Amino acid sequence: MRSPYGKGLLHGVPIALGYLSVSFGLGIKASQLGLPVWAAVLTSLTNLTSAGQAAGLDIIAAAGTLVEMILTQLVINLRYSMMGFSLSQKLDGTFTTSRRLLVSFGITDEVYAVAVSQPGRLTASYMLGLISLPVVGWTLGTLLGGVAGQLLPASLTAAMGLVLYGMFLAIILPPARKERSVLLVVLLAAAFSVVCKYLLPFISGGFAVIISALLAAVIGAWLFPIKEEVAE
Amino acid sequence: MNHWTLLLYIAVMAVTTYLIRMIPFTLFRRQIHSNFVRSLLYYLPYAVLSAMTFPSIFYATGDPITATVGTVVALVLAYCRLPLIVVALAAAAAAWIAGLIV
Repeated sequence: MRSPYGKGLLHGVPIALGYLSVSFGLGIKASQLGLPVWAAVLTSLTNLTSAGQAAGLDIIAAAGTLVEMILTQLVINLRYSMMGFSLSQKLDGTFTTSRRLLVSFGITDEVYAVAVSQPGRLTASYMLGLISLPVVGWTLGTLLGGVAGQLLPASLTAAMGLVLYGMFLAIILPPARKERSVLLVVLLAAAFSVVCKYLLPFISGGFAVIISALLAAVIGAWLFPIKEEVAE
Repeated sequence: MNHWTLLLYIAVMAVTTYLIRMIPFTLFRRQIHSNFVRSLLYYLPYAVLSAMTFPSIFYATGDPITATVGTVVALVLAYCRLPLIVVALAAAAAAWIAGLIV
């Protein structure tokens, strides 16, 4: 017998291991930008977002404005709103307001993917368990990356840029293989994103992701509406 | 840049990101019955991850050839349902090895 918290912890192990290597790349990036290790670590501990942090570190390094910082985070991280919105449909009665305030901090792409694929309703203890290790892995990886940033050869740090996208592919391909509708949405989103990048270059990267993803998901929802109700 | 300016940037970044996550998760209590909206929410995360990955993945290493090698390795391993960490590290390793050869 395993408690819901323990089950969550266990489900968080692969996410935490993955984060260790991805945030390692963020630590390296921060040290390449000349930012102190403590700043990179604090950013990871308080933000828990790969693309958002990478863009945020660039803004800090370029001494950009705070308005730019807010808008950039808003655009890049808006998907967490959709994920939080989606997860809010699956929570059970143990989710008091204070627990929602706490758990919402840990909503990431991978946590969402694992949580949303659980059968039935989500308990607060399971979600707390699920986010615990990823937060530790994300912060620890940034620390290690920041420290190792100067020691590793440039060829290795460049190759580590693929770690993040490799994870994304590992999340979307298995369901795309199983369901033709997901495959269509994934292919459409990629195609729209490529079109934005090369044919509509005036659309910034963050907006291109939101427009492409929304269009693809709308088409998917329109052509292939899902059937089953969320389990009560 | 002094420490206080740095802290201010990080604080603004963290608060913005937290509010984005917290508001819909905490304040939204109603069940959505619209099948279209529920379908949209089902497909959206896959669409977001796909749009973030392509075409950015081909620029991730600073060299399109090594990035393509890593991408192909990631696609094959992810298709075979290998764990996240294996796919991610194998993609980086493949790109690194390709960089040594090219």
